[in-house]
Formats: sequence, C-alpha cells, structure tokens
Amino acid sequence: MSATLTVHNPVDPFLRMDRIPHIWCPGCGIGTSVNSFSRALIDAKIDTRNLAIVSGIGCTGRVAGYVNLDSFHTTHGRAIPFATGLKLANPKLNVVVYSGDGDLFAIGGNHLIQAARRNLDLKVVCVNNLIYAMTGGQTAPTTPGSVITSTNPYGTYDASFNLPYLVEAAGAVYVARWTVFHVRQLARAFQEMFSKKGFSFIEVLSPCPTLYQRRNKMGDGLDTMKFYKQVSKVRNGAPTSEVALSKAGEIVVGKFVDRQRADYRDLMHDKMIESLGDRYVETYFEEEGCSCSN
Amino acid sequence: MHADPAGVLTGTHFLDGDHACCEGALAGGARFSAGYPITPSTEVVERFAVRVPTVGGTFIQMEDELAASIAIQGAVWGGAKAFTVTSGPGFSLMMEHIGLAAMTETPCVFVDVQRGGPSTGLPTLPAQADMMQVKWGSHGDYEVIALCPNSPQECFDLTIKAFNFAEQYRCPVFVMMDEVVGHMTEKVVIPPPEQIEVTPRRYTTIPPDKFLPYEPREDMVPDMPPVGKGYNVHVTGLTHDERGYPNMKPDVQDRLVRRLQNKIVKNADKIVMFEEDQVEGADVVVVSYGITSRVARRAIDAARGNGVKVGSFRLITAWPFPEKKIAEIAGQVKAFVVAELNLGQMVREVERAVAGKAGVKFVGHAGGTVHHPEDIVKAIMEVAR
Amino acid sequence: MAKGSVQIVAERCKACGFCVEFCPTKVLALSSAFNAKGYHTPYMVHPEKCSGCDLCGMYCPDFAIFGYKDPEPTRQQAPVGPLTAAGSQEASDAR
Repeated sequence: MSATLTVHNPVDPFLRMDRIPHIWCPGCGIGTSVNSFSRALIDAKIDTRNLAIVSGIGCTGRVAGYVNLDSFHTTHGRAIPFATGLKLANPKLNVVVYSGDGDLFAIGGNHLIQAARRNLDLKVVCVNNLIYAMTGGQTAPTTPGSVITSTNPYGTYDASFNLPYLVEAAGAVYVARWTVFHVRQLARAFQEMFSKKGFSFIEVLSPCPTLYQRRNKMGDGLDTMKFYKQVSKVRNGAPTSEVALSKAGEIVVGKFVDRQRADYRDLMHDKMIESLGDRYVETYFEEEGCSCSN
Repeated sequence: MHADPAGVLTGTHFLDGDHACCEGALAGGARFSAGYPITPSTEVVERFAVRVPTVGGTFIQMEDELAASIAIQGAVWGGAKAFTVTSGPGFSLMMEHIGLAAMTETPCVFVDVQRGGPSTGLPTLPAQADMMQVKWGSHGDYEVIALCPNSPQECFDLTIKAFNFAEQYRCPVFVMMDEVVGHMTEKVVIPPPEQIEVTPRRYTTIPPDKFLPYEPREDMVPDMPPVGKGYNVHVTGLTHDERGYPNMKPDVQDRLVRRLQNKIVKNADKIVMFEEDQVEGADVVVVSYGITSRVARRAIDAARGNGVKVGSFRLITAWPFPEKKIAEIAGQVKAFVVAELNLGQMVREVERAVAGKAGVKFVGHAGGTVHHPEDIVKAIMEVAR
Repeated sequence: MAKGSVQIVAERCKACGFCVEFCPTKVLALSSAFNAKGYHTPYMVHPEKCSGCDLCGMYCPDFAIFGYKDPEPTRQQAPVGPLTAAGSQEASDAR
C-alpha cells in the first residue's frame, strides 16, 4: 500500500478503538451487526451526539461497551425500562436498545411487550443467536426444537418464540428480520428504523459458532453464513405468524410490519392537553442543562 | 441553590406522610418518577401523577418494581432528578438495581414505606423490618444513605434532604418511612422556595476529550458527565476503571469498591443526623427512629416522672449509622434501650458501637401495630436499676 | 487494473473467513502468516480483481478489513503475498 495514501475504516469513529479487538468469538455475527449499524449511522447522517445505546447482559449486551456513543450496559433483561426512563426524561435522544434474544425475551420479556404496547419511541435491535451464549450455551426461549444445549443436553423439546409475531402482537410499529449475511439489507433496515417513530424492532440472526453451532455439529460461523444464504427467503410483508424458525428449515427475512401509531409521548401529550389545557407543563428540558442543574 | 418554585407548594397544609413525601420530592427537584402500586406507598406516586404534569415532568407506572427501579436511573442519566416508592415486597424486587445505582454512582431516591413482613405480610400495617435490608439487600459491598422521618413534616423535609444527599454523593438514598408515618395526617409547613436549599447535579466542566467519568474529586465523588453532549459516556454495572470501561483486575476492583464505600463512610460526619434530648447526664438512653420514636417520647416522659434520668437518641440517618456518637454515649450511661418495630435490626448496630461498654436492652415486636409505651417504660425501669 | 484495494488491520482479525467467502471477485485468501493471537489473516491473492466494493468491510465482524475505491488509476498495485509484520506496519502508517 502506498504510504502517502491515508485510508481509514469509515466505521472506526463509532468504535471505542482502545477496546478493539473485542471479545466476540471468531465467526460470531454480533460484530457484523455492529458494522452494519455503524454504516447505517453514516448513511443516515445521524447526529450521534443525540444517539444513546442501552444494552443488557450477554454477548450482545457487550455492544454498549464497544460503541463510541453515550452507552449504558445495564442489568439482565432491563435495558428497555432503563431506556424508557432515559427517553422520557430526554426526548431529544434517539434511544437504541441493542441486546440479545435471552436478555430481551426471557428475563426481559415482560418489559419488551409492555414497551411495545405503549409504543415508546425506542429502537430495539435483537441479535438472535438462538442461545444464551455468554454463560456457556443454555437454552433460550428462541432455541428451536431438537437442539443440544448445556441445559437441554438431550435436546430441546419445548416450543420457541416466533419473535416478529410476538413483537407485532404486542404493538410494535416496525418489525423486520435479517441475518448477518444480509449486510446491506440490514444496514438499510437500521436506517429506516432510525427515522421511524414508535417502537421499532429488528431481529438479527447471528451464528454462535462456539456454542450453538459447535454443540450441534453445524460447522463454524462461515458455514452458518452460507446456510443463511442458502435457506433465507426474502418475503417483505409476510404475515409474522408464518415466519417461525426451526433448526434447519427456511429462514424468512424481510420487513414484515411498518405501520403508523401514535407513540407514547404523543399520546401522553394529547391526553394531558385534553385534560389540563394550558395548565399542562411539558417535560422540562433545556438545551444547556437539565431540570436540576444550576 | 434554591428550589425551583414550580415544585414548591408553599403554605401550611394538613397532609399525611405519603403526600408530604411527594411534595418533598417535587420541592427537592424531582421531575421524573416511575412507580408500581404497593400498599402503603402508592399515594406518594398517585399524588405525583396528579401534580407533576402541572409542574413540568413525567410519571410513568411501570409493569413491576424491577422496571421502576431502573427506569428512574435511565431518567437520571437523561438529566432529571428521579425517585420511586415501594414497600417490602417491591423493595425486595428492587435490590439488584439498588446495587446498579451504587456501582454506576447514579443519584436517585427510593422511598420504602415499611409494612409487616416477611413476604406479603401485613400490607396495611406498620413495621420497621427493612432496616438491615436497605443496607445489605443487594449483593456485594456498597454503602447507602437511609433517612427515617417520624412525622409528615419530616417526610417533606427529609425527602428534600435525600435528593440533596443523592446528588452530593452520587449514590442511592433511601427514605425509610413506615405505614403509620405514611398514613398519619399532620400539619406540614412548606416554606417559600427561597428558603429551601437544593443541591444541583454536579456536571463536569472538563471537555469530553479530557474527561474521565469515574475519576473522583477530592471528596471521592466523580463529577457527572452529561448525556447527549458528545461525551460518549460509558456506564456499566461491571467493575470499571476511571474511563468507565470494564476492567477485571483485582486492584481495579479494590480501588473502585473501596472508593464507593469511603465516599460515604469517610464523609459520615457530614451525613449523619440524629436528635438528642437530655442525653447529657442520663443513666439510660432510648434509641429509636420513625414512628417508634413518637411512642418512645411518651415512655421517656413517664420514666422521667418515675425519677429516672432518661435521655432520647433519635436516629434520623439510620445509615450511615452514628456509631461514633453511640460509642461516646456508651461510655457515659448505664444502658441503652433500643425500641424498633422488628425482632432486632438497628439494635445490632447499637450493640456493635457500644461494644460492651454499656447494657443494651431491646424492645421490639414483629410489627402490625406500634409499641405500647408501657413496654418501653418497663424496659427503661429494668435497666435503670 | 484494480479499481480498488483493501486495508487490513491484521491484529484485529480472527480468521472467520467471511471476507474471503463473500468477496464477489474472490480477491482474498487466508495467508499462512498469522497475527499475535495465532489467526491466519487474509491477503489479496488477486488484487487486480478488487473493485473496492467494500463488501469484505461490511461482513467483517472484527473491523479488521475494509475496501475502498482507488481514486488514482495509475497507482501501483497493493502488495501480494502473506501479511508480515511490515504489512501491519503499513496498515498503521496509513492511519
């Protein structure tokens, strides 16, 4: 390479470079999802000063620690309520919840459906690797049937969640699923999500080569990417009831739901105005400080 | 700094403790609350839900106490002063997030209107049995500040103090009420805003490229970084270094956790509050707090009528515990009588501080009603002999 | 003539193979050299076929590679062969 040519990876400014290389395994797709996310930030020309990332616990939860944004690594399952408080106190912020399937749908399940019901203006990115990875590969509510995990050593037997179906039913206004093979579509979905008002959800399927794939003799991360390429079918607008996943079956990807519904703050504002008229004082937030500083 | 007039309901009111606590929160600058209904605390946030839309803030009823206890922390980082209220069972649910607030140094206020326990217990009746839980309930080593009002007026005053302590020391602060104090109605005087001292959040003035979010000031508390201003703050519950980045080394753990402890413990003299009466020259000192201190007053008067030199030591801060003062008094009296609505909690702290230099007699019961003054008088007479 | 090239930050690579697999013109291969963690890093085995599309960069989970379109058509080719310590040196010079 020419020593006079200075090129930088365009996503570097979005990363805490002093913490790279990150802890994710070779072939794990979380890094690729963050890559797509960063590119979406660039293409959408997002003002990252007003972007905050909130994550929970788990491999995907570590995303908060690697992005060079205001980022919050909270407790297991509770990224969404933390994000709720953050957004309501500071509505100017674009709040993204970036967490894993176990964190968002097991321990955090109730918070997710409540936030969707309320249509809080939160953008939820769920990296779904179908397992609890960080803690060593236990069954998640998304783990398909007949999969070997450390807590189902003879194979899973109970049904798993169909995430887009669940989130749509709970009230989300934007629901999409892509895999980390679909890097371009994923980046575009992130862009759409940034400008969508209301509870938005993107499921990002990712390999977990070290635990999920290895224990089930499904090869490594690259094998899984090839698998995604082979079995994914893009069906934008597909009914979410028909997009359930299985161990080796078809993966339906695409944008499934994109609808309009007044978000929580608008609903609150309208009700307050209706009831209180000009006695209503909006959430106090000023440019230079906050409601409590000098 | 003076209180924001928008939140101050100046005047003389007839309020119960729960309502007075809400007014204290508003006067103290709270503009966000997330709550979950639980008797006997619910009125605090019900009033807040009525008041705050006309003051300028938000109340949201969350789906459970787990959500409420962390939503307030999100709101704090979003720039608001925030609090939640609960009672025993909800308090137990909040424990993980109390630890998160301590670890991330998030200033916030938790109000626990104590009721009979354990478990569902006595939802509508008093106890003071969460006193050890408030200090030790979450896992790991950390310190808290806990205040015990004994009247609706103190519910107002001490809630303001709680917010001020939270900002000063960047830790979770607790207002430990009980069902009687919460539901008793008394005169509450709310002064004009210029007479209410409020501690503002100490945001850093250092620019983002030089600022270390967990680098403490001389008082061992770090300045708070603002969110949304390009500081790219990272806040994590993992053990972290001065940059806020996760760091697993034992020396980093030791440095961090000791500082979290020391910022309270070494500043205890500035935090500890108590009320003494005729302790000087006393033979017996009655230690009590909350509603029990009101009953103890009657008992002390009766005992003094019987000719005993009885002093009163009322804990206003239960944590940090006023161990220095108790140890000092222990050298001057025959015995302490500790009266509380539980089967022995703060009495253990008294025993620890007294270290055998005087007798300690415990008068308690499992809750459900306040003490009979006669039981406290009996204890005083016993140890006075 | 190559229309583009790639920048590889060898020390970040974990040899997952995504870039090699998904390069549309099969420019890359994993080399026999390895970085400090022992991973075999990619190199441009067919640099002349690089279009600078940056698909490798989009796939990389470790931010260890990215492609760029070459602004100067007369520029000399990127080095071929396994990445050496000198290769990573160049990568850091260019930052």
